[in-house]
Amino acid sequence: MNNKRQIYLDNNATTPCDPRVVDEMVPYFYEKHGNAASRNHPFGWVAEEAVDYAREQIANLINVDSKEIIFTSGATEADNLALKGVFEMYQRKGNHIITLKTEHKAVLDACKKIEKMGGEVTYLDVDSEGLVDLKELEAAITDKTILVSIMWANNETGTIQPMKKIGEICEKHGVLFMSDATQVVGKIPVDPKETGVHLMAFTAHKMYGPKGVGALYVCRKNPRVKVTAQMDGGGHERGMRSGTLNVPGIVGFGKAAEIAAKEMHQDAERLSKLRDKLENALIAAMEEVYINGSKEHRMPHVSNLSFKHVEGEGLMMTFNQDIALSSGSACTSASLEPSYVLVALGLGDDLAHSSLRFSLGRFTTEEDIDYTIKAITQGVNHMRDLSPIWEMYKEGVDIDSIEWSEH
Amino acid sequence: MAYSEKLLDHFKNPRNVGTMDKSQKNVGTGLVGAPECGDVMRLQIEVDEETGKIKDAKFKTFGCGSAIASSSLATEWLKGLSVDDALAIDNMKIVEELALPPVKIHCSVLAEDAIKSAIADYQEKNGIEVTKAEKSGH
Repeated sequence: MNNKRQIYLDNNATTPCDPRVVDEMVPYFYEKHGNAASRNHPFGWVAEEAVDYAREQIANLINVDSKEIIFTSGATEADNLALKGVFEMYQRKGNHIITLKTEHKAVLDACKKIEKMGGEVTYLDVDSEGLVDLKELEAAITDKTILVSIMWANNETGTIQPMKKIGEICEKHGVLFMSDATQVVGKIPVDPKETGVHLMAFTAHKMYGPKGVGALYVCRKNPRVKVTAQMDGGGHERGMRSGTLNVPGIVGFGKAAEIAAKEMHQDAERLSKLRDKLENALIAAMEEVYINGSKEHRMPHVSNLSFKHVEGEGLMMTFNQDIALSSGSACTSASLEPSYVLVALGLGDDLAHSSLRFSLGRFTTEEDIDYTIKAITQGVNHMRDLSPIWEMYKEGVDIDSIEWSEH
Repeated sequence: MAYSEKLLDHFKNPRNVGTMDKSQKNVGTGLVGAPECGDVMRLQIEVDEETGKIKDAKFKTFGCGSAIASSSLATEWLKGLSVDDALAIDNMKIVEELALPPVKIHCSVLAEDAIKSAIADYQEKNGIEVTKAEKSGH
């Protein structure tokens, strides 16, 4: 990395810590280093008190009771605990789970494991905006269905699902509703109780807190939900997740939640303006730029764009010394497959390969956006000058009519 | 992933970008890859009919940085070679020259295919027996 400040537009991958969060955490590495489970001396009491306080801060952000917060190592663990924990706990009631093809891998891979353990999982399609079809969802519910798992907003496109309507369907059929809310908590108002969500996974490091700490909200009243522990040990977290609590991390998570509760509205308003500026400028500057996902039901800080006939990773190489962001291109992943989320939206592989995800954050400035508009425009033009399929497209050749040699 | 200086140079300052008139008898065109795979290379050669040597080469590539650099490098190497010598260019030479990481070796394979495909096109147009590729499929 050079000395020049890098522009960071990959906040859906992780956010930097807010300095106020780090300040709050520091004493818990040094003088307040106790184990929250040590009941016999002040070090333990201080740690326990700090954890309780953080639990309140987090519960306040999502309007639940602090006893309903189970700390984990992150959203992946919380997703696994919710899915596998419900599957084990409610086995006698049924073995069927419904989810979406566009879920995060933490949910999809946990579901695959559940299938190996004798569960049945329905993976619903989404429409071209990435939204679930409510009729299809309702039709998929059987008398064996125990859980519907639908992410609140998608990490790649920012598309927000009709959560309240899904909650009503689950309520009507007496099915539990779980949501991976990793991308939304601390960014937009999230109220699982009002929405009919019974289990909700989220994490600190997507909301300006530290990595390595997350939470699962587990509804305690109407209905009283239980999950079978996936980590056995000292019986921490009301027996649902054993393991010494990450006290500094939890303290930071709490502070991040407190700041988010106060500032998310102004952050969201500012970022949606910057996002719109970026998107509108790129669309105005170039031909054949497409918005992926729902424009109407979308997180305020996310833009996923495809630049036709330009390969995403190559495009990123034109500016990745200065700007950090993600691509749905195969070449950026180990699998050599383009983004399954974009493919599920019905994008051809070529448009999926051509996508960039911009995710803005609390520390994104207008200068960052102005620079990004220039750099992306230059990059796309450079790549299009090099692209044989862009040349064919400009000459009016139907690219789909060509017999390509697979390799 | 850290790329080599050579690779970055070919990516940022690609050599011999362009399009030749493919209807010309002494121009051979190779178009390989597929948009859905994320790589398409078009490589063209112009053969000097008197000497039988490649006097010019051009390319355009849709793909990642390694694919662009591999085809740029290939065009540089092709100029001045006889058709037979051009056929002997091996993808592993491209891998070495650009220090391609293992996940990008397919980019060099594609460049080799593009060279062979351009030569085959030239040979067909000129009634020369098409030299069979030594390597088949991958």
